[in-house]
Order: sequence, then structure tokens, then C-alpha cells
Amino acid sequence: MPYLFAAFSVVWIVIFLYALSISRRQQELSREVETLRRMTEEKTNTESS
Amino acid sequence: MKTVTTHSGLVDSFLPWLTCVAMLAALAMVFLYVPNERVQGEVQRIFYFHLPSAWMAFLGFFIVAGASAAFLWQGKRSADLLARAAAELGMVFCSLVLLTGPLWARPIWGVWWTWDPRLTMTLVLWLIYAAYVLLRVFAGDTETVARYAAVLGIVGVIDIPLIYISIRLWRGIHPKVEQMAPEMAWTLLVCTGAFVCVFTWLLRLRVRSLHLHDEIRALRQHVVAAS
Repeated sequence: MPYLFAAFSVVWIVIFLYALSISRRQQELSREVETLRRMTEEKTNTESS
Repeated sequence: MKTVTTHSGLVDSFLPWLTCVAMLAALAMVFLYVPNERVQGEVQRIFYFHLPSAWMAFLGFFIVAGASAAFLWQGKRSADLLARAAAELGMVFCSLVLLTGPLWARPIWGVWWTWDPRLTMTLVLWLIYAAYVLLRVFAGDTETVARYAAVLGIVGVIDIPLIYISIRLWRGIHPKVEQMAPEMAWTLLVCTGAFVCVFTWLLRLRVRSLHLHDEIRALRQHVVAAS
């Protein structure tokens, strides 16, 4: 039983940690994209006015 | 284009839930439905996550090879990003195979690891794609690196048929699946379905984050050029 428990725990932990790391990275990247888009729009607005 | 986006959004909101349901169904079948194997007892239940992990690793590496070939042929950036994401996922699932394998081997064979042909070839596969992932992480994101990585991704996949024929070629001790009771076959099928859901979900997430990386790079260049 301990081996079975260890094997299933390993599978769940590895998949969970990988999913968590991707979603965190994605949130950070989405925030950065938003910031950069805003900066680009501000630059464009300043130039046009 | 709008239809594609809507469809993609639907898949992205539906897929995590489908994955959760499929994983719960797989766990229920492994622990509540399928009977104990006669010789090995309850530890044999590791098989239902071990084998689908191996299949997902192979699927990941086949996607790497296919996308790499498409990248070399057509030079499409999206194919390169797909190869990169699939290599990472293949590594995750190949690591699961190499972690759950010893946990199954210890109570059955009495050792954590043995240099059996199939085990050794699987370790070689892991090392090949570890080299691929390290190349992508540390050698920079240039066209030349992408081309070298694509060649490695295509050559590395040759190891997969070798893993399959290694049992016949060198007569190892790793068991091969020949006949299965219907309950076992159904449980394996549900577990494989659950792993396909996990794989698809994570691959889509990873590909999207790589596309976001590209978008950030383009926006940065735009901001720098404008200032």
C-alpha cells in the first residue's frame, strides 16, 4: 500500500505543480501584455495629439 | 476567425472541468472498480497511471517531431512553439514514468532500478528531450537554435520504436501487456482518456503562454521604437 500511495501522490503532485507553474506564468505574462499595450496606446495618443 | 476564437474559448473553459471529472472517474475505477491482480496484488494498480503516462510522453515526443518537421519545412513560428510546449509536457510525463516505475519495481522485483533494456531506453529518451528542453531554455530564442532543436526533436523520436522492440531484441524483465480482463481494459481506457484530457489542457496552456511571450517581445520592440 505505501508504494501505491506514493506512486499516485507523485503523479498528482507533479501534474498539479506543473499546471500551477504554467497558470502563474500565464497570469504574469497577461499582465505584462496589458501594461505594454497601454503604454503603446498612450504613445500613439500622445503622438496624434 | 470569430468562430475559431469562440470555439477555442469554449474548449478552454470546458477542458479543465472535463479533466477533473475524467481524473476522478479514473481514480474511482482504479481504487473501487478494478479487482486486484492475482500475482502482484494491489501494487499492480500503479500500472493504470504508469502506462498512460508513458503513452502521453510518447505522444508529446511525436508532436515534437511532427511540429519540428513542419517548422523545418515551412518555417512557421507556431510549429516551433508547439514543438517546444510538447517537449516540456513529454518530459513531465516521461518523468512520471521514471518515478512510478521504480515505485512499482521495488515491491515486485526487489530493486528500485535495473538496467533492463526498456528501462534504459526510456531513460535515454528522457535524457534526449532533457537536452532539447535545456537547449531551448539556455541557448537563446534564435532561428539557429530553433533549427538545431528541431533536428534533435526529430532524431530523438527514433528512440520510441526502440523502446517497444527492446523487449523482443534483448529479452528484458519488463512485463509486456498481452491479455487483460475486461475490467482491467476498461480501467486502462478510462485512465488513458483522463491523461489525454490532462495532456491536451496543459499543452494548450503552455502553447498560449509561449505565444504571450512572443507578443510581449513584439510590444517591447514597438515601445522602444516609438520612444
